[in-house]
Amino acid sequence: MFYREAGDFSTSYPEDSQTFPIKFDRYRYYLVLFIAIVVIPFFINDYWVNSLFLPFLIYAIAAIGLNILVGYCGQVSLGTGGFMAVGAYACYKLMTSFPDVSMVILVLLSGLITALVGVIFGLPSLRIKGFYLAVATLAAQFFLVWLFNRVPWFYNYSASGQISAPERTFFGIEITGPNTQAWATYLFCLMFVIASAYVARNLTRGSMGRKWMAIRDMDIAAEIIGVNPLRAKLTAFAVSSFFIGISGALFFAIYLGAVEVGEVFGIQKSFLVLFMIIIGGLGSIFGSFAGAAFLVLLPVALKIVGVDWLDWPTDIVAHLQLVIVGGLIIVFLIAEPHGLAQLWRVAKEKLRLWPFPH
Amino acid sequence: MNDLADGYVTADGRQIGPVVMEMKNITLRFGGVEAIKDISFDIRQGEIRAIIGPNGAGKSSMLNVISGFYVPQDGEVWYQGSRRPPMKPYEVAQQGIARTFQNIALFEGMTVLDNVMTGRLTNMKTGMLWQSIWKGKAEREETENREVAEKIIDFLEIQAIRKTPVSRLSYGLKKRVELARALAAEPSILLLDEPMAGMNVEEKEDMSRFILDVNDEFGTTIALIEHDMGVVMDLSDRVVVMDYGKKIGDGTPHEVRNNQDVIDAYLGVAHD
Ligand SMILES: Nc1ncnc2c1ncn2[C@@H]1O[C@H](COP(=O)(O)OP(=O)(O)OP(=O)(O)O)[C@@H](O)[C@H]1O
Ligand SMILES: [Mg+2]
Repeated sequence: MFYREAGDFSTSYPEDSQTFPIKFDRYRYYLVLFIAIVVIPFFINDYWVNSLFLPFLIYAIAAIGLNILVGYCGQVSLGTGGFMAVGAYACYKLMTSFPDVSMVILVLLSGLITALVGVIFGLPSLRIKGFYLAVATLAAQFFLVWLFNRVPWFYNYSASGQISAPERTFFGIEITGPNTQAWATYLFCLMFVIASAYVARNLTRGSMGRKWMAIRDMDIAAEIIGVNPLRAKLTAFAVSSFFIGISGALFFAIYLGAVEVGEVFGIQKSFLVLFMIIIGGLGSIFGSFAGAAFLVLLPVALKIVGVDWLDWPTDIVAHLQLVIVGGLIIVFLIAEPHGLAQLWRVAKEKLRLWPFPH
Repeated sequence: MNDLADGYVTADGRQIGPVVMEMKNITLRFGGVEAIKDISFDIRQGEIRAIIGPNGAGKSSMLNVISGFYVPQDGEVWYQGSRRPPMKPYEVAQQGIARTFQNIALFEGMTVLDNVMTGRLTNMKTGMLWQSIWKGKAEREETENREVAEKIIDFLEIQAIRKTPVSRLSYGLKKRVELARALAAEPSILLLDEPMAGMNVEEKEDMSRFILDVNDEFGTTIALIEHDMGVVMDLSDRVVVMDYGKKIGDGTPHEVRNNQDVIDAYLGVAHD
């Protein structure tokens, strides 16, 4: 089978604006979905789900969220960790206050609460841009972590100051707490990932996405075509924080089960997700997945290759990882701001024209 | 001619309507600099109104007042028969006033088609919830607006580059895409700030033709700033002449050309 668009014409505008205009891409996408939903759950075990799949899925949602704000709307944020914490603590408070409400609803509500908080911290973006906005979101990051540490109400006055997820089920199957099964937590998160990607894709391809990109590319011109910059930026903060909140809720409730806020949702988390979208590709949903996959896989792969096969000391491997990530960030920022997603696109472009490049 | 309240028919048979926009005693200062000094003029429905003048005369500032970027210290803007309160640029756009910039202001990260589609944003009202589902309302709206955008793209003969990122286009094509974006809004008034600056003769001819066609086919009222006197004389119905922030002439191209103040300003008698 060849990667071709010959004989693959769009005959209507809706067809032309599909997510995967080329048939081959569409089939590959269905195949990936099929494997993710039907095949993987049968083979997944605790090791893989905890070291790879859950972090990948959950970070993918956070990366999609941050990409909407940074990649599509051009508003730099270093507050991702803080907003994930909002999602996590919202989820915790909701879980303990409403033990009978479905986890799906609670996670969505956590997203909504985070969206609200995101809008509040997004207000300065109306006045300040770029570096200064980044500093303002950094302040949000530290403030939120401080808040969750300092106000006992948020952790229900527990002695440890930590929050831990009570046991909850979904259709009778445990998805939080100590007795969960790999396939169940995996599928629960996968559901949110697919929905998030779908919604993010739809929002970015239509008028909302164009408003965001217009603000990103040139805010003066955006205003002159009728975009209200205040609303466009705040909706970007809201939608972005919504996804980040969901990912924080899942990170806490499904993945970790117990959280100490400074450790889990500190500034490192903000940078990690930012690096994901820089490496994966700014302004690309696919790039959010690629970046999340890359940065989740990298430490695991390095550990297997470096520590297990080559017998290198663990600290060397850990440092090697920092060097690799740092180097890649520089390379991508300078040479390819659209990240892995763009490399993939270029490769496809070449393949499409192969063997006659002109 | 100005006293014909309800309009008139031009020599080439175009219907010029009543006044749609009127600037009354506009004064605009930047600190000590008076960029616009007590200027009044009007724009009639369906006409091509030129604003000319030497560099720094205050022409762009005047367009910026109309489109809401600058708030004048003094004076009133009347639009469609009522006094316009101070407005943000996006509110002006929503009233049907579109524009292009002296220095191209396209969205460089988007394709030509997406840029033109942004011009339709004021017409796209589907809520976020519907958009996130896409199927149904959002898709329908996208298709409807895409049809309008494609019409504009055909009209300006940029079909071949519709999927090209704007950053890869030549200067002349960028100017045309910017016009397409403004037109996509189906504005009632179109403001063009030096649409032909930096173009070669051929591109200028194309652009002139497009401007005339837009005016003719869509009945769009056009206010344009231009330096090339030949172009202005060919295109416009009436001309405002500015110099050092003051209005020194207003009338048909013919009247303006024979105005002594205008001749002096252009020959640089008084200053320079
Ligand atoms: N934002 C601003 N701040 C300060 N001064 C300004 C500003 N915008 C314009 N001016 C000043 O106002 C005067 C008129 O400028 P404007 O850009 O309107 O001239 P113009 O007629 O469009 O000239 P050109 O033909 O060079 O485009 C100039 O002296 C300019 O320096
Ligand atoms: Mg100017």
